[in-house]
Amino acid sequence: MSHFEFMLRHWEEVLQVTLEHVLLVAVAMGIATLIAIPLGIALTRRRALRVPVLGLANIMQTVPSLALFGFLIPVPFIGGIGRRTAIVALVLYALLPILRNTYAGIAGVDPAVIEAARGMGMTPRQLLWQVELPLSSAVILAGLRVATVITIGVATIAAAIGAGGLGTFIFRGVSMVNDQVILAGAVPAALLAILADVSLGWAERRLATK
Amino acid sequence: MTITPESDNQGSGRFAIECRHVWYRANGARPRVADLNLQITRGETLVLLGRSGSGKTTALKLINRLLEPSEGAVFVENRATTEWDPIRLRRGIGYVIQEAGLFPHLTVAKNVGLVPKLEGWPAGKIQARVEEMLTLVGLAPREFSGRKPRELSGGQRQRVGVARALAADPPILLMDEPFGALDPVTRTELQREFRRLAQRLGKTIVFVTHDVREALLLGSRIALLAEGKLVAVRAPAAFLSSPEPEVKEFLASLQEPAGGEAQ
Repeated sequence: MSHFEFMLRHWEEVLQVTLEHVLLVAVAMGIATLIAIPLGIALTRRRALRVPVLGLANIMQTVPSLALFGFLIPVPFIGGIGRRTAIVALVLYALLPILRNTYAGIAGVDPAVIEAARGMGMTPRQLLWQVELPLSSAVILAGLRVATVITIGVATIAAAIGAGGLGTFIFRGVSMVNDQVILAGAVPAALLAILADVSLGWAERRLATK
Repeated sequence: MTITPESDNQGSGRFAIECRHVWYRANGARPRVADLNLQITRGETLVLLGRSGSGKTTALKLINRLLEPSEGAVFVENRATTEWDPIRLRRGIGYVIQEAGLFPHLTVAKNVGLVPKLEGWPAGKIQARVEEMLTLVGLAPREFSGRKPRELSGGQRQRVGVARALAADPPILLMDEPFGALDPVTRTELQREFRRLAQRLGKTIVFVTHDVREALLLGSRIALLAEGKLVAVRAPAAFLSSPEPEVKEFLASLQEPAGGEAQ
């Protein structure tokens, strides 16, 4: 039996865990974006914060993902078993690429353009919304793309702490020593990652040429 | 920008811009502007001439408060720049820089209409003003309004930069080597047009350049800066016969064959 037959036979369950997976990724990315973009903007205003904040986000990224999920289980309020802990871990993973690109995107705007804008009497808020963010949107979106692809991959591990998602099949397949079951989780996860990469990459190119 | 009534400890009324004992130091380094005293009369075109690093751009940025004096004060319309709300001050001062500093993500029309929009003009009035300004700088509005800056030549970009600076009808215009990056033919063409425009509009213009020919062509007076200090301020005719060695050095570059920096 090819693994496609397995997937077809269990399509309802595959669809359900795929939706769980997408939900985990979407919620984590939403929270990470709401934290990392404003924080990235703040770093361009107070450059002294750049080294400690980016350093901390870097360290988060270096912690092995399975270990991070494990570390969070005993933490009160945000920890424990289940979806909430998984989302916290995924957010921590997604922060760095978004943060770094937001900072780099805004810091990379042509200084002459910024100076012209200030010289014309733009307020700091107008400068941000009308000049800095539009001109760095492609770079920021590139960060979101990287973060999304990473999160789709890391979210497969969320099943280890009972958060569901496509990792459910992968872990089940590993314990059953059954490739078909592993692939029923791994193939949709890979397809999701490719889909996110291609569509966000397309949006990024559109912004870049605008 | 309205002309504020004179009061004590303010600038004297005849000048659009007045620098009094202005020093500017960045982090304790060698002063970039040292004890600058300069009065700029309404409606004149004052050229700040100097080599790279002579402090001319710094002096310009002290006028629209992109920089603040370390000592002394710069008065604009009789009020010290540090007393002005910087946003209000800058909205009343047009600013043109090298390569124009156009917003690459906005069309020509949006670039030119930016300050009127920030000032809350109604859309119809902005559009009319944009067309008027583009026509003024010799760009057909129908052809150029919808273009992005990257679809323009260097000379066209610089024209848009001038149109943008003039859009909200500021009484003062600051220009930082606006024609510096252009080829010689385009530069000469823009200089001639700009001279006519300046005479017609009656704005107070402060124009920074390192090109002595440009200074002689455009300035009603020329202020020569060297190492942050003001060496001489003279009308072009008197400038040509100035005794100061720094002036002579600059004038010597006029004798050089075409192709030198001052060309």
